[in-house]
Amino acid sequence: MTEITTFSVAETLKALKNKEFSAVELTKAYLHNMENGRQYNAYITECADVALKQAEEADKRYINGTNRALEGIPLGIKDLFCTKDIRTTAASHILDNFVPPYESTVTQHLLDDGAVFLGKLNLDEFAMGGSNETSYFGPVINPWSKDKPLVPGGSSGGSAAAVAAHLCAAATGTDTGGSIREPAAFCGITGIKPTYGRCSRYGIVAFASSLDQAGPIAQDVRDCAILLKSMAGFDEKDSTSCNITVPDYESFLNREVKGLTIGLPKEYRPEGLNPEVAAYWDKAAEYLKARGANIKEISLPHTKYALATYYVLAPAEASSNLARYDGIRYGFRADGQHLDDLYINTRTQGFGAEVRRRIMIGTYVLSAGYYDAYFLKAQKMRRLIHNDFMNAFKECDVILTPTSPITAFPIGDESMLQNPINMYLNDVFTVSVNLAGLPALSLPIGLSATGLPYGMQLIGKPFDEGTLFNVAAKIETDAKFERK
Amino acid sequence: MAIDNLTVKRIAFLSRLKIEDEKIEATKEEFNKILNWIEELNEIDTNSVEPLISVNDATLRMREDVVTSGNCLKDILKNAPSAEYDYFAVPKVVE
Amino acid sequence: MAEYIIETTKGKWEVVVGLEIHCQIISKSKIFSSASTEFGDDPNVNVSFVDAGMPGMLPTLNKECVHQAVKTGLGLNAKINKYSEFSRKNYFYADMPTDYQITQFRYPIVGEGEIFVDLSDGSTKKIGIERMHIEQDAGKSIHDLNPTKSYIDLNRAGVGLMEIVTKPDFRSPEEAGAFLRKLRSILRYLGTCDGNMDEGSMRCDVNVSVRPVGSDELRTRCEMKNVNSVKFVMQAIESEAKRHIEVYENGGTIEQETRQFDPTTGQSKVMRKKEFAHDYRYFPEPDLPPLVLTDEYIEAVKAEMIELPDAKKQRFIETMGLTPYDAMVLCENKENAEFFEKAAAGHDAKKVANWMMSDFFAMLNKKRLDITQSPVSAENLGRLVELISTEVISGKIAKDVFEIMSETGENPEKIVEEKGLKQVTDTGAIETIIDTVIASNPDNVTAYKNGKTNLAGWFVGQVIKMSQGKANPAIVNKLVREKLDK
Repeated sequence: MTEITTFSVAETLKALKNKEFSAVELTKAYLHNMENGRQYNAYITECADVALKQAEEADKRYINGTNRALEGIPLGIKDLFCTKDIRTTAASHILDNFVPPYESTVTQHLLDDGAVFLGKLNLDEFAMGGSNETSYFGPVINPWSKDKPLVPGGSSGGSAAAVAAHLCAAATGTDTGGSIREPAAFCGITGIKPTYGRCSRYGIVAFASSLDQAGPIAQDVRDCAILLKSMAGFDEKDSTSCNITVPDYESFLNREVKGLTIGLPKEYRPEGLNPEVAAYWDKAAEYLKARGANIKEISLPHTKYALATYYVLAPAEASSNLARYDGIRYGFRADGQHLDDLYINTRTQGFGAEVRRRIMIGTYVLSAGYYDAYFLKAQKMRRLIHNDFMNAFKECDVILTPTSPITAFPIGDESMLQNPINMYLNDVFTVSVNLAGLPALSLPIGLSATGLPYGMQLIGKPFDEGTLFNVAAKIETDAKFERK
Repeated sequence: MAIDNLTVKRIAFLSRLKIEDEKIEATKEEFNKILNWIEELNEIDTNSVEPLISVNDATLRMREDVVTSGNCLKDILKNAPSAEYDYFAVPKVVE
Repeated sequence: MAEYIIETTKGKWEVVVGLEIHCQIISKSKIFSSASTEFGDDPNVNVSFVDAGMPGMLPTLNKECVHQAVKTGLGLNAKINKYSEFSRKNYFYADMPTDYQITQFRYPIVGEGEIFVDLSDGSTKKIGIERMHIEQDAGKSIHDLNPTKSYIDLNRAGVGLMEIVTKPDFRSPEEAGAFLRKLRSILRYLGTCDGNMDEGSMRCDVNVSVRPVGSDELRTRCEMKNVNSVKFVMQAIESEAKRHIEVYENGGTIEQETRQFDPTTGQSKVMRKKEFAHDYRYFPEPDLPPLVLTDEYIEAVKAEMIELPDAKKQRFIETMGLTPYDAMVLCENKENAEFFEKAAAGHDAKKVANWMMSDFFAMLNKKRLDITQSPVSAENLGRLVELISTEVISGKIAKDVFEIMSETGENPEKIVEEKGLKQVTDTGAIETIIDTVIASNPDNVTAYKNGKTNLAGWFVGQVIKMSQGKANPAIVNKLVREKLDK
C-alpha cells in the first residue's frame, strides 16, 4: 500500500492542489490497492477505465485552475446508487445485468464536484441485512478480521470495508435502519446518516422509501463533513427532499461543545448491556463533559418498540418497492409459460432468501384483515417514537449512544443464521433514528478486548448535522482512535 | 395471530414467490416467530395516536405541467430481457 | 319519470345501479412524470424512466392534474378536500411497470357531490357523487401481433385519471345514459377530459343489482368493467338486470363478481369470481407527502369556473325565452351553446334557436361537419334571422338564402342584395301585378264576385308567383281583397 492512499480526503485535496501527486497517480494507487484487496470482496464492479478518464480530467482542471470541491478524489459507490452506463446490481441476481441509463442525484452531485468513481461497492441484497452476508456476490470481509473472517456489518458493508482497507478515499452508503452506522462502527471508521430529506433519493434503488437516506462513509469526521456537503441538497425530482440550505459542514468542526447539552437515553442502557460498550459510552460522555458540555440523562420511553415497528414498516414498503422486479422491463428473467409463472420463477430465482422473507412479511402486514393490526399500529408507534425524540430535544442538543451493542461477528455465525430476529436485534440502537427521520453519526471510540472497534452514535435535531460534526470532532480528537 | 399453511401459500402468491411444499411448514414457523415478536407492540395503547406518514411534516410539492422527459425509446428498452417491434414482449396474456 | 320496472310472470323488479367512471385528465405531461400524454405516437416513445418503473425513480405530482381535478370537483358540485393522500394499490399487472398503481384511497381529493340529469319525459333527477380521486393510468398490451406473445406499450402508463364514483342512485338504463351524457358535457365544458368513450379517454364500470319493487334492500351487485359507450352501458344494465332476475326467480343466488359485457352478444360473462378478488394492500404512498390545498387556492379555481350546462340552460329559458327542450339540446355541448349565444346576440333568440334546431343542425349532419367547422358563421345565421324578422325576406326565401350560405359561407345580406331577393313591400309595384292578374283572369273574378270568396287565396298565390316570391304576402293579401271587393 502506498502512503498516499492512507491520506484523508482533506489531506488528499490539499496534496492534489499542491501538486504533490497527480489525480491519475492517486487513482492508480487506489486501483492497485483494489487489485491487492480483492480478498475483501468489497467491490462488485470495478471501473478502472472510467476512473482513469475522470482522473485525467481532474489533473487538467488542477492545471488550469478550474478544480472543484472534490476534484480527483477516488470514491467507491455503494451499488445501490444508479450510475449511468455503469452496471448497478443492488447486490441481487435480479439486477445483475442492469445498466442504468441515468445517474442518481447524489452521485451526480459528486461527479459535478469532480469526484472519481473507482467502482460499485458490495452490500446486502437490496440493502436488507446487517452483515453483508445476503449479497448475491458473496460476503464482504471485515479488514479487522484476524484468525477467522468477520462481517463488516451491513448493509453498506462493502463501503465500510473499502474505506477501512483504503480501497477508496471515501464511499457512499445508504441507511434505512443503521446501514451506514453499523458497518462504520464494525470497521472502525466514520459515517453519517443525514436527516430524512437532506439527500435526494432519486436514482437510489429503493428499500423502504420513508426511511432510506444516503450518506457518506469516510475515514474521519472532517471527511464526512466534506462529502455530505457535496452529496446533500434539494432535488425537485424527489418529493420528499427538503428545500433547506446545506451549510458548510466543515466550519462546524471549529466550534466548541461548551454549553451544549448532551442527552444520554436511559433506555439504551438495559440490564445486561455489554460492559465494554457501557464503559466506552461513559468515556465519550466524559470527554464532552471535560470540554464544558452538560451531560444529562434523558428518556426515550418507546425505544423498546422501535425494532418491531421497523420490522413492520420497512418490509411493508419493501414488498411494494420490490414488486417492479418482475422480469419484464429490465433485469433477470426466468422462463414461464404464462405471465404469472414468469413472475414467480423470476422473483423466486432472482431474490435471495432474506429478501424473499421480508417481501412476504411485508405483504402479510399490508394484507386485508391485518393492515390495522400491524401496519397502522406500526405507523402509530412510529409517531410515539418520533415524539419521544422531539420531547428529548427540548432538554438536550445532541443525544449520545453506542452505535451497536456488539462488535463485528464471524461470517456464518450460527445464532444469527438460525433466527433472523437475532440479526435484527443488532439494529437496536440505530433503527429509531430512521423512524424519527433524524440525522445520526457513528464514529469509532476504541477497541474491544479482542481488538475490534466499537462505535459511538450521535443523534441530532432535524437538519442539525452541523452540531453532530462539531461534537463528533471533539470525541474523535480525545479518543485518539487508531484506524487501520 | 398465528398464520397457517394456507396463508403462507396465499402470501407467497400475492408476492409472486414460490415456496416449495416441503418448506411451507418451516416458513410458517419462521413467520410466526417474527409476528409474535412484532406483537409486543400491542403492549401500547395507540387508539388516540395519529399514524405518522410523513416524517418531516412535509406537504406535497407540485411540478409545472411541462414535457421534459420521454423520447428515449432506446434507453427504455435497452435493459429489457425481451423486446420486439419497440415493445416489451411477454408470454401471451390471456384476459 | 316513467318508472323502469321489469315485470315477469312472477313479480316486479327494479334495478339499482352505480357507476365508476375513469376520465383521462387533459394535461400536457403525465400525472407523476414529465413525459408527454400525446396519444397515438409510436410505441414506448412518450415514456420516461419514471413511467417505465426503473429502479430508484420517483413520482412528482403535476400541478395541472390537481387543478383539473379541483375544477371537475367544483363542476360536480362537490366538496373539495383540503387534505388528501396518495396511496399505492398493489397488484401485478404487465401494463403497470411498478406493479402498483399510485391512486387515492382513504383521503380522495374530491368528496360528495351531485349532478342533475334531464330525462326524456322532461323531468330531472339528482344523482349523488360519492367521491372522486386522481390516479395514474396503465399502459396497453397488444395481443394480436404474435400468436404466443403479448406486447407492452407504456405510452399511456402514467397519464392522469379522475375516477368518479356515483352513489347507487340509478333506477333505469335511461338514467345512467343521461348521467353519462351530462357528465361528459360537464367535463367538456370544463376542458378537463375530452370524454371520448370510444377512444377510451372515458371508461365506465357499471355496478348492477336488482330488488323487488317496493323493497329498499341492497342485494349483491356485479361489476361490469370497461363498458365503452353510453349505449352499451344502457344495454349492459338491462341485460345484467334480467340475468339477476332470472337467477332469483329460479331460486338461485347472485355472487359478487367482476364481469365483462360483450356488446356483440348483448351478454356479460364472468371475468373474476370473488374468491379470486385481488388483495390490493393499499398503503400511503411513501414517495409523496400528503397533498394539502389552501382555501385561497380553491377560491382561485372557483373564480375561474365558467358557466356550466345547467346554469346556461336556465338562463336560456329565463332570459332568452327558449323552451326547456331547446335550451337543453343547445347546452349539452359548449360549442353549440356558444354558437347560439353569438348568433342570437341582438336578434330574436327564439327564432335563432328554431333555425339551429332545424335547418342548421340538419345541414351540419348532412355535411358531416362539426359545429366549429360550420360554413355558416354564427354572425351570418343571426343576420339571416334578422332579415326575416324585419321582413326583408320571407321565411321561404330565407331557406333558399340559407342553402346558398351553407355552400358559400357568404353574408346573407350580400346574397339577398346580389340576387335581388328583397321582399317587395312597395304597394304601387304590387298593385301593378295585381291589376295584371285580375285583368288576365276575368272568369275567376266573376266567380269570386258570385260568392267563391276562397278564390282570393288563388289570386294571392298568382301574384306572389309573378313577383318571383318577393312580394310581401301580407300586403298582397290585403290589396288583393281590396281590389276584388271593389
